[in-house]
Amino acid sequence: MDTTLIVGACQAGVQLASVMRDLGDTDSIILIGEEAHRPYQRPPLSKGWLKSELTPDDVILRSREWFAGRGIELISGDRVVTVHRDPDGSGTATTLGGRVIRFTRLALTTGASVRRLTVAGTDYRGVHYLRDADDALTLEPALREPDVDHVVVIGGGFIGLETAAVARQLGKSVTVLEAGPRLVGRVVAEETSAFYLAAHRRRGTEVVLDARITRIVGDDASAAGQKGSVTGVELADGRIVPADLVVVGIGVVPRVELADQLGLEIDNGIVVDATCRASDGRTVAAGDCASMPNPYPLGLGGRVRLESVNNALEQAKIAAATLLGRPEPYVSVPWFWSDQADLKLQIAGLSTGYDEVVVRGEPDSEKFGVLYYRDGRLIAADMVNRPAEFMAVRHALMKGHTIPPDAAADVDVPLKQSVIDPAALAA
Amino acid sequence: MTITDPMTASADAANQEQTVSRVVYTADDGTVTEIDGRPGDSIMETAVRNGVPGIIGECGGSLSCATCHVFVAAETLALVGTPGDLEDEMLDGTAVEREENSRLSCQIKLQSGCRYHVTTPSEQI
Ligand SMILES: Cc1cc2nc3c(=O)[nH]c(=O)nc-3n(C[C@H](O)[C@H](O)[C@H](O)COP(=O)(O)OP(=O)(O)OC[C@H]3O[C@@H](n4cnc5c(N)ncnc54)[C@H](O)[C@@H]3O)c2cc1C
Ligand code: FES
Repeated sequence: MDTTLIVGACQAGVQLASVMRDLGDTDSIILIGEEAHRPYQRPPLSKGWLKSELTPDDVILRSREWFAGRGIELISGDRVVTVHRDPDGSGTATTLGGRVIRFTRLALTTGASVRRLTVAGTDYRGVHYLRDADDALTLEPALREPDVDHVVVIGGGFIGLETAAVARQLGKSVTVLEAGPRLVGRVVAEETSAFYLAAHRRRGTEVVLDARITRIVGDDASAAGQKGSVTGVELADGRIVPADLVVVGIGVVPRVELADQLGLEIDNGIVVDATCRASDGRTVAAGDCASMPNPYPLGLGGRVRLESVNNALEQAKIAAATLLGRPEPYVSVPWFWSDQADLKLQIAGLSTGYDEVVVRGEPDSEKFGVLYYRDGRLIAADMVNRPAEFMAVRHALMKGHTIPPDAAADVDVPLKQSVIDPAALAA
Repeated sequence: MTITDPMTASADAANQEQTVSRVVYTADDGTVTEIDGRPGDSIMETAVRNGVPGIIGECGGSLSCATCHVFVAAETLALVGTPGDLEDEMLDGTAVEREENSRLSCQIKLQSGCRYHVTTPSEQI
């Protein structure tokens, strides 16, 4: 009998266990997660949760009965600290809580942890990060404290902007400090970045680009042994942006400690092949911790580590099949969403290697899209408040279809009607 | 190590004050699954948390994925109201074409002590 050990009990880990059962595996599955919570979804943490619209029960992924019914042993609140394999391929993991777990199959779905800001002063009270439920459980009430007027968000990526939007909706004065020349610069084209800059400014948020942060400043400790509270963020030009609360959202780093112990190849994440197999040919990895040669787009994509629910779910499916000796190819069209104030962004595809963009509609109307092309073929789109068109693009991409650039620019023709099959054209 | 876990503050405790609702899911192939749902949870959440096939709910109910499409049975229609604007737009892009009784099940919150019947489409992606 096999025992599958899955380390990391979030989107990827739960999906991996679930798919193994779907594929007929009846052997033992142990899913272990360090967080003292039932497996839950992170996206709401910077959205509905921060808006106090959700209770903890609203974000859990599966019921207790589901784990029991599917024969998946869930261990929460314990961390795997060492792992090693014997020459026969089986192995042993030990945990902080003293457990010793023998396994024959191993999956690493260890995700990522927040990148820490390295300037002085991050230990003042009132400096927050947002990755885990525990972070959100602290941040949500902190944002509502009566003496919190000025909120500074460090990092203009999706999580930072979502958090800024919530703080602004709560009536705080909000400043976003972004180190790069534009918002969400890692993921979207300049057109989309420019839109978000204007949209957040329209809503009264101050955005500083190219911000160089030198330190976080705070007041003196009020009582012995108690750290003082944050009062501001100092920039390289000497300016101090006042802050009663700071949220740092400057990205994440993949958790590769265990992969490292196993001697697996690591390069911005655990290096896996197209079937989610790591360099030892046995261990699988999926989700935020894994760097996979993604065939998307057009079979030309390269090695990439994606941070999204869709990616965690798709890779976990592949990893489960691989563990059971039935490897399957990755066929998904990656997608992502972000909700900021009343702006719904939905991204279909990956814009890797794009050489042309088409803007559909007027960005200032806050209902528009940016479509990405490579060698004349549609490969991705950012859609703002255009859900039906997002769906049209996603379906087109899934079928390998395209939308000619001039048709994409024509808002008078529904996008759905302009979808064509390039293969049929060539024939 | 002490674990205080507000996240495991059990759904079961909350359920005791309100009467559970019953959701009947009929899959495209006719398979029927019946689940007791907590009032306030959506039909999507009730399905996903209990492993009911035919509903994916990739975006967790944030109206971003349309992988929670269902057809609402005639006897349930009166309970669930009509789709909002955003939901209506997303329904235009479901994997299986929408029909009169189509809804995104993440937008249908269970009331206390009711019986719901939905049919799931053959595809969600
Ligand atoms: C605030 C926020 C908002 C987001 N919004 C969106 C969104 O709108 N859309 C979207 O698609 N994505 C969003 N994401 C990203 C998405 O949540 C992640 O891509 C997804 O959670 C990745 O899942 P995962 O299972 O790979 O990793 P993780 O979610 O990071 O889970 C890994 C788990 O493994 C555990 N672990 C690690 N090492 C060990 C160990 N040694 N022993 C035991 N346990 C261990 C960790 O504690 C963690 O619980 C958001 C993320 C955050 C933080
Ligand atoms: S769960 Fe994504 S739209 Fe309903």
